[in-house]
Amino acid sequence: MTTGSLALAASPPHGSRRRGFVERTALPGFGLTFGFTLAWLCLIVLIPLSAVFIRTAGMGWSEFVAVALSERALSAYKVSFGTAFAAACVNGIFGLLIAWVLVRHDFAGKRIVSALVDLPFALPTAVAGIALTALYAGNGWLGQFLVPLGIDVAFTPLGIVVALIFIGLPFVVRSVEPVLADIGPEIEEAAQSLGASRLQTMRRVILPAILPAWLTGFAMALARGVGEYGSVIFIAGNMPFRSEIAPLLIVTQLEQYDYAGATAIAAVMLVISFALLLLINLLQAWARSRSID
Amino acid sequence: MAAGRTSEGRIARAALLSVAMVFLALFLLLPLVSVFVEALKGGVGVYVESVTQPDAIAAIKLTLLVAAIAVPVNVAFGLAAAWAIAKFDFPGKSILITFIDLPFSVSPVVSGLIYVLLFGAQGWFGEWLAANDVDIIFAVPGIVLATIFVTFPFVARELIPLMTEQGRGDEEAAVSLGASGWQAFWHVTLPNIRWGLLYGVLLCNARAMGEFGAVSVVSGHIRGRTNTMPLHVEILYNEYNFAAAFAVASLLALLALLTLVLKSALEWRYGYHGKGGGH
Repeated sequence: MTTGSLALAASPPHGSRRRGFVERTALPGFGLTFGFTLAWLCLIVLIPLSAVFIRTAGMGWSEFVAVALSERALSAYKVSFGTAFAAACVNGIFGLLIAWVLVRHDFAGKRIVSALVDLPFALPTAVAGIALTALYAGNGWLGQFLVPLGIDVAFTPLGIVVALIFIGLPFVVRSVEPVLADIGPEIEEAAQSLGASRLQTMRRVILPAILPAWLTGFAMALARGVGEYGSVIFIAGNMPFRSEIAPLLIVTQLEQYDYAGATAIAAVMLVISFALLLLINLLQAWARSRSID
Repeated sequence: MAAGRTSEGRIARAALLSVAMVFLALFLLLPLVSVFVEALKGGVGVYVESVTQPDAIAAIKLTLLVAAIAVPVNVAFGLAAAWAIAKFDFPGKSILITFIDLPFSVSPVVSGLIYVLLFGAQGWFGEWLAANDVDIIFAVPGIVLATIFVTFPFVARELIPLMTEQGRGDEEAAVSLGASGWQAFWHVTLPNIRWGLLYGVLLCNARAMGEFGAVSVVSGHIRGRTNTMPLHVEILYNEYNFAAAFAVASLLALLALLTLVLKSALEWRYGYHGKGGGH
């Protein structure tokens, strides 16, 4: 289960009745742990994040539009969102295929392959960034074949897509895997014994069942890709209007001590992140309502 | 079992498997292998020199220090949050969990920026900090704060579903038999959640040691002082000192491999599967 935290936590552990804020139980420690959780959450996460919006609100609308929606900023959002979307699409297809193979096929070294899928969660992004750049540069292992074919990956938007494919792949695989495992081959066999063709089984039985989890994985990969920085900046080339991502523009503004510019762009990025988070939560709720049926 | 698990024909099976493996080899395995090959390109001597040079040692020490602070802090928070959320029922629980998850959806660069807005020279507390001679931004405290932020949900989000699943019956029994809340936690809860806790700590530590974007914004990149290992890799790389950059990077790649091995061992040996989803 990758997505169960909300569902599980939303229901009470026992059927006891609530009086006042928290329901009565013999167990001590609620006040202490709840108070600490809330205080630490406010100090580390909520107050610092609110600083972005409070600073932005102090700017005035025309100044905000001038910096957050400048030509350069707009093209940076477009690069970030476009490359993240492209990478999420690639991961949607190949992540599903890899999840399928891991769930339904038995082969030598399967455990190692499964562990490898989580590599992007464990490998620091900067390491991934320089490794991918070395691979796709003109003299790199892959670049030496691709560049003569006219396929420039390093220092182009295509390089950004490659980095985001690396970063996002496990989100799709790990979202789809448990749902695929739940379906089991029996259901496919049942569909086929009732006369469904292989394609019909795929289209009418399997895809609808995994759709919410698949879309959740897609949205998570997209969300991660839009904000990604470390793995991208080495391979991107970072040309304004062409291969400059929004997070890099924030860093550039900060380096020029343009705090207002950096903050305004950060506010736009945060709104996009929160919208994607909301979408992911809705998708997870949908996935859960499916799995309970 | 190989034949009975799927309805595809043999050729289709082989084709699907091959495409999946080629994709994984190209996009995941090749970058990993290339780190080690590039690191050893200049020979073992250059490698050893790159990772033992004073700036590299300082970066390694700082990375270990930051993780040694950030991980225990997040363990304490994760245990407290999971105890309150999983063992008790109160309104607004889902919102609280969403807030705990927030750092996962924030761009690393923005995660660093928020602390600059608070503690930087032009930040809310900047003047006061300068007057009292306290350095947070472009200093170690800022790096620690940014790292705590980006790793904030790891332990909590692993423990909350696990402890919710386990309910509170065991702890209630212990308390009704005369145990204190602390004893119930120590002798009943902790043994029940140890694999989940370890799992959360592993992923939290990997991210804490490897974080780049957030740390890069608050660090100031002062060599030997505020450079963590990933930042040191960037500096070496930007100086075209590729062998040294990849040598330091290979240490981080080894950390990633160790994380994956331990994580897989937890999954195979103890049947523990992550509840929080990785990030």
